[in-house]
Amino acid sequence: MNSDSFVIAGKTFQSRLIIGTGKYPSNAVMAKAHEASGADMVTVAVRRVNISDRSKESLLDYIDTSKMFLLPNTAGCYTADEAVRTARLGREAGLSNWVKLEVIGDEKTLFPDNEQLIDATKVLVKEGFVVLPYTTDDPVVCRKLEDAGAAAVMPLGAPIGSGLGIQNPNNIRIIREFSRVPVIVDAGVGTASDATFAMELGADAVLMNTAIAGAQDPVAMAEAMKLAVRSGRLAYLAGRIPKKMYATASSPIEGLVGR
Amino acid sequence: MTSFMTITLNGDPYDVPAPVTVTALLESLDIDARRVAVEHNLVIIKRAAFDQIVVREGDTVEIVNFVGGG
Repeated sequence: MNSDSFVIAGKTFQSRLIIGTGKYPSNAVMAKAHEASGADMVTVAVRRVNISDRSKESLLDYIDTSKMFLLPNTAGCYTADEAVRTARLGREAGLSNWVKLEVIGDEKTLFPDNEQLIDATKVLVKEGFVVLPYTTDDPVVCRKLEDAGAAAVMPLGAPIGSGLGIQNPNNIRIIREFSRVPVIVDAGVGTASDATFAMELGADAVLMNTAIAGAQDPVAMAEAMKLAVRSGRLAYLAGRIPKKMYATASSPIEGLVGR
Repeated sequence: MTSFMTITLNGDPYDVPAPVTVTALLESLDIDARRVAVEHNLVIIKRAAFDQIVVREGDTVEIVNFVGGG
């Protein structure tokens, strides 16, 4: 698949599936799911070290960072300032200048605050960050983020953790058509067909966490997602047939026996 | 002789021997310096400067690391 490599900001990834590290039943299950997914980029959150209880095992003991690229996020931030501060801390902790930029605008839906998001993108791009912003499925906002220097745009398929699937497929298609940077559908995937659908719409990659981590068998779901993303990508590249109202026979009409 | 001071560590008051370098603070907390980022009075400290930066009475220190997230 070298002819169809996935490149963000000059870095090539083998997989078009990006997955999270949160909410797994255990770190051991997470490690197995990561393996099964074939992903080579995972998201991580930046949080205060627990000072009073140092007994907890470290997440990084379960991620082979020689194979897996770490993408720190700014999840839980509600202002551009908070997100920028968190991104800077993530850069120091991970020694990479990549960030999945989240600026949340509403607690219940976890929809992004696009105004703050664009502001934070501008600040971080100026500081040399490779910014991957999580945004609403709005083509105009995606264009503004691209103009602000985002290395990719990451429209949501549905609210984070909802598993509702792609709610506005036409917007995803339009965002793909308008964007000169990679389009990564981030959030909302519930099952394999959702991931396939996102890829069939032309998404360059899909990012998910809960759909795998929250499945009854996360390792099996991780493999399902690997195949789903591959299938969707291949179908997109293959070029589907146009939809028609009525049947078109697949077998010849001539030479029927008895006519 | 060692005197103690109070700093604000990850949002809470915390008593440490004074004065202390960031490296010594991390060691006393049993934290692997290679896996964390440290902010001292709102300024992020480069890992290479952990030995030089001294934390004093009343200072604010944030120590963060990576946890599971999406």
